[in-house]
Amino acid sequence: MRTVKAEEVTEALAKVAVNANYDIGPEMLRAFDQALAAEKSEAGQEVIRQIQENARIARQECVPYCQDTGFAVVFAEVGQDVHVEGNLTDAINAGIRKAYTAGYLRKSILNDPIERKNTGDNTPAVIHYDVVPGDKIRLTFGAKGGGSENMSKQAMLKPADGLEGVKKFVLETVSSGGANACPPLVIGVGLGGTFEKSCILSKKAAMRSPFHRNPDPFYAALEDDLKESLNKLGIGPMGYGGTVTVLGVNIEVHPCHLVALPVAVNVNCHADRHGEVEL
Amino acid sequence: MAEYILKTPLTDADVQKLRIGDSVRLSGTIYTARDAAHKRMVEGLDNGQPLPFDIKGSLVYYVGPSPTKPGNVIGSAGPTTAYRMDPYAPRLMEIGMKGMIAKGKRNDAVKEAMAKHKVVYLGATGGAAALIAKCIKKCDVIAYEDLGPEAVRRLEVEDMPLVVVTDCHGGDLYIEGRKQYEVR
Repeated sequence: MRTVKAEEVTEALAKVAVNANYDIGPEMLRAFDQALAAEKSEAGQEVIRQIQENARIARQECVPYCQDTGFAVVFAEVGQDVHVEGNLTDAINAGIRKAYTAGYLRKSILNDPIERKNTGDNTPAVIHYDVVPGDKIRLTFGAKGGGSENMSKQAMLKPADGLEGVKKFVLETVSSGGANACPPLVIGVGLGGTFEKSCILSKKAAMRSPFHRNPDPFYAALEDDLKESLNKLGIGPMGYGGTVTVLGVNIEVHPCHLVALPVAVNVNCHADRHGEVEL
Repeated sequence: MAEYILKTPLTDADVQKLRIGDSVRLSGTIYTARDAAHKRMVEGLDNGQPLPFDIKGSLVYYVGPSPTKPGNVIGSAGPTTAYRMDPYAPRLMEIGMKGMIAKGKRNDAVKEAMAKHKVVYLGATGGAAALIAKCIKKCDVIAYEDLGPEAVRRLEVEDMPLVVVTDCHGGDLYIEGRKQYEVR
């Protein structure tokens, strides 16, 4: 059995979290380049140019890309042959605490939805654990902005609604809330599973690069199809009107109950900040 | 679509010439406020207390910046989504606020109040927070310091890049802009 010290988790995650907030990364930059080439509206082009310049400044000066440095979401895939010396959940939260404090990131997390007192260090993170084969720990970090999260939706469709029902729900969600969510967007769709499983899948999808297609050719084609349909909505960069509303649509799928067709749409802004580390 | 260079404070004439889609470079003094600060300001007004700044001709920027790094004027400072301030905005327009800077759609009550009181709503690019911070030359917390990122700040800005997203003539870029590009 391999041993990983809790402090190693903390240090590695802190580094990833700070870096993701300062540097949007080469794949998102490539997505912005493609968006600028595809955008027909002048106002939309100007928005994308500002986004590109913003990315450059944030990276060069080591400051947050967006002032909303997000809810820290961590997908932790823990190998079943790893022993963590110390408390893993505490180690993850310590990493977030360190990143948000030492990295001058905004603390946006409140202790309780009704009492609403700031916890002061952006903890706790939302952590999704998965036990996997092997002796490694893989942490995928996302800084999820609150404005785009507020435009996300879930529906328990009827099986009779079928594929068309799924497409309609995705289109309606982006049509009604897309302009408020800082487009151009990355749309994460969680399809199937139970009520909560669909939401978790949608988050996983929203944190995936817009260039990574679903390995199933059917869903890869649906991703492309939805992207095309969403870009016909005309919302455009920042909602000012245009031909690029989404940079990509990512779908994650899970088997579901015979009476159910759960679908969740997690809306992510152009500040799709994520990063991963393996220990 | 025209381009304007505007200086604060704004007059009715400044506001009336602006149309949706126009681009604006704004310089001068603006004030920050978002959810909690708006609630406190409006509750204060209801109890007869003055606002922490001179509202006449003013622009309010909906922003909660990230912490300031040593040597910088302010942290990253992009706009937050405006609809959460819709319940409070008309009250501030009644007493002289001339502009709002933020992102996202407004409700009909806000748009009606904007037409009535000659107020403009300017869009800043959401998420372009490091870029916008470059336009902020001075920053002072002037009220509600306990609110942290939500405290009211006085900012001196230079050439802040903005777009007219809702004008005082009933124009709404979120509706009109989309119409031009929507494929049905």
